[in-house]
Amino acid sequence: MKRREFTILESTAIPMPLANIDTDQIIPARFLSATVREGFGEKLFRDWRYASDGSPVPGFVLNQPEFRGEILITGSNFGCGSSREHAVWAITGHGFRAVVSDSFADIFMNNALNNGLLTVTVTTAFLAQLTELVTARPSSMVRIDLPGQVLSVPEARLQSGFPVDPFRKECLIKGLDNIDYLLSMKEEILAFEKNRHP
Amino acid sequence: MGGKTLFDKIWDSHVVRSVSGGPDVLYIDRHYIHEVTSPQAFSGLRQRGVSIFRPERTVATADHNIPTLNQHLPISDPVSRSQVETLEDNCRIAGITYFGMGDPGNGIVHVTGPEQGYTLPGMTIVCGDSHTSTHGAFGTIAFGIGTSEVEMVLATQCLLQARPKQMRINVNGKLSEGVTSKDLILDIIASLTTGGATGCFVEYAGEAVRNLSMEARMTVCNMSIEMGARGGLIAPDEVTFGWLSQIPSLTENPAFSHLVHLWYSLRSDSEARFDKEISFDASGVPPMITYGTNPGMGMAVDGVIPYPGETGRVHGETDPAASEAGHSAGCSYMKSLEYMGFRPGMRLLGHPIDYVFLGSCTNGRIEDLRLFTAAVAGKKKAAGVTALIVPGSQQVARQAQREGLTETLRLAGFEMRQPGCSSCLAMNEDKIPPGKYAVSTSNRNFEGRQGPGARTLLAGPLVAAAAAVTGKITDPRELIWH
Ligand code: SF4
Repeated sequence: MKRREFTILESTAIPMPLANIDTDQIIPARFLSATVREGFGEKLFRDWRYASDGSPVPGFVLNQPEFRGEILITGSNFGCGSSREHAVWAITGHGFRAVVSDSFADIFMNNALNNGLLTVTVTTAFLAQLTELVTARPSSMVRIDLPGQVLSVPEARLQSGFPVDPFRKECLIKGLDNIDYLLSMKEEILAFEKNRHP
Repeated sequence: MGGKTLFDKIWDSHVVRSVSGGPDVLYIDRHYIHEVTSPQAFSGLRQRGVSIFRPERTVATADHNIPTLNQHLPISDPVSRSQVETLEDNCRIAGITYFGMGDPGNGIVHVTGPEQGYTLPGMTIVCGDSHTSTHGAFGTIAFGIGTSEVEMVLATQCLLQARPKQMRINVNGKLSEGVTSKDLILDIIASLTTGGATGCFVEYAGEAVRNLSMEARMTVCNMSIEMGARGGLIAPDEVTFGWLSQIPSLTENPAFSHLVHLWYSLRSDSEARFDKEISFDASGVPPMITYGTNPGMGMAVDGVIPYPGETGRVHGETDPAASEAGHSAGCSYMKSLEYMGFRPGMRLLGHPIDYVFLGSCTNGRIEDLRLFTAAVAGKKKAAGVTALIVPGSQQVARQAQREGLTETLRLAGFEMRQPGCSSCLAMNEDKIPPGKYAVSTSNRNFEGRQGPGARTLLAGPLVAAAAAVTGKITDPRELIWH
C-alpha cells in the first residue's frame, strides 16, 4: 500500500523539552481498546492536555494558540515504554509529520517510520539551541529536508545534518511500505524455511 | 577474528536476507499476540487481501484488558469485550491457537508462553508488547514490536530489523538474603538510567545470574526494556533445561534430549566482543524501591531520594549515553517528584501506602507468590491497605492453590484474584485512585500507568509483602528477621 511521501517539510514547530516522555503519556492505556487506527489524535497527551473534568490545561503547550505546526521537538529518549503503535497514531492523528530529539526509544522509532512519521535525531547541543529558538519565536519556520538529510531554521541560520538508514529513507521518500517489500520476498522465505528444516 | 556472541549465533541463523545499507530480514520462530495490539494488524491484512502465512507459529492470549473478578461472566465494558471478541474471531478464522479468558491455558502472554513450552532456546520471538524481552531468559532473541510489525510477521513470518549493538552485564558475587532478582534489575536500571541501554541487546552473565532460577531470570530479562534495551538474554544452562523438562508437551517429544544437546552450544564464545561491557557486584544490591515516574528512578528501600543530577551512577567503563540521558532527565526530575508528592533528600521508609499490587509479567509467577506468601504468613494485612494479588496465569493460580498459598494468603487477609495484566496497566477496573500510593511488583511507574493520578512505587515481592502487612514502606529484612 502506498503512503504519503515524505521529502521536504516546512512548518512551525512545537517544543516539549521533557526527557523520557513515555508512550503512556502520549496515549494512556485506557484508550487502547479500539480496534481501528483512527481517532487517537484527540487523545494525544490526554492527561497532560486536559484536566480530569475534560477542560484544557492552559499551561500545556498544545493548548497554547501561538504553538502550531507539524513538527514536535522533544527531549531525550522520546517514546520509551510500551510498544503501542497507538502512540504514533495519536501523534500523526494530531497532524504531526516529524518528531525531533537527541534520542528515541527503539520500538517507537520503528513504529514511527512504519507510519511515515519521520524521527529526526540531532545532537544534544543542537536540540537545546533549536528548542530555545522555537520557544522564544514560535513563528520560526523549521525546514526538514529528508533527501538532503538536513534540518534547518533558515531565518536563524541554524542547521544540522541528521542520520537516516538509506533503506528507510528510500521507503519514506517514495511512500513505500515494508509489508509489500516482505511480501515480494515470499520465494526467498520459503527457501529459507526449507533449508532450515529439511 | 573474535568469536560470536550468543546473540550473533541466534541472529545470524535467522537472517533471510541482508538489505544493503539497511536492516536485515529476520525469520521469526514464535509470534505471540494479544487483544490490544493485534486487531489493526489483522484488519490491515484483510485490506490487502493477504492471508496469515504461518498460523501455527502464532499463539494468542487475552490478558491486557480482562477483569480479574468473575471471569465466568462476559466482560462488562462493551469496548473491551469487543476487542477480546475480535481477537477470538481473528484467531478462529486464521487457525491460530487461542487461550481465551477463563481457559486453563490463559494468562499474561509472557507467563503462559514459557510455561506451555512455546518458548524454546535459540528461537527468535516477537510480540506486540515491549516486555517480550522476558523470553530472553531462555536464551532467545525476544523483543517487542509495534502493530505494523505484527502485520509483517502475520503476513510473512519475517521482520525488517536493524542489527542492534550488544552489551553484556556481568553480575558477580551473590545476592544477599532478602534481596530478589527484581531488586537486582531495579538497581541495574537505576545505574544505567531509563535510556542507558537504548539501541542495545543485553546479555546477562556472571555468577549471580547463573544462580538465579528461571522465574528470577525472567524477571530480569523482562525489565531490560526499562533501560531502553531492545531485549535481554541469558545463555541456557542446566537450570533452563531442568525447567523445560517439567513441561509434559516438551518431554513427550522424542527429540527433546537431542534438542537439549543442541542448546548447549548456545553461549557466547570466550573471545566474543561486546560493544559495551559492564560489571555489577551482586552482594551490594539492597532491597529496592522506586520514588519517581520512570523505572530508572530507583534506590535502596532505606535510602534517601537523590537531588537532581545525582541519579544514574555509571558502572564500569564510562558511558556517555547514560550520563547524557541522566543530565537531560534532570529537567524532568522535579516534575516527576512533584507528581509523586516527594522531594529530594526525603526518606521513604515509614511512608504510608494505600495499595499493594502483586502480579504482572514481571512478578506474577509461582515463585513470586511463594516469596510474598512466606513473608506475610502468620501476619495480617494492614487495615488501610487494598491488596491486589493477581497470579500471572491460570496455571500459576492452580499451583498456588495446590501448594496452599491461596489459603495462607486468605488467613492473612488477602484475596487471590483471577489472572491477567490487571493493575499493571489498569485497562480493566483494577485502577489505583488519583493521588494514592501503590507498592507494585510490576514494571512501570509512569504517570497514570496504574490509573490517572496514581502514584506507583515499583518493588520486588518482599518489599511489597512488607508494605502490605505494615501499611507503610518497610525494609523486608526487618519484617522477616525481627
Ligand atoms: S503484565 Fe503489564 S507489562 Fe506485562 S504484558 Fe501485561 S500490561 Fe504489559
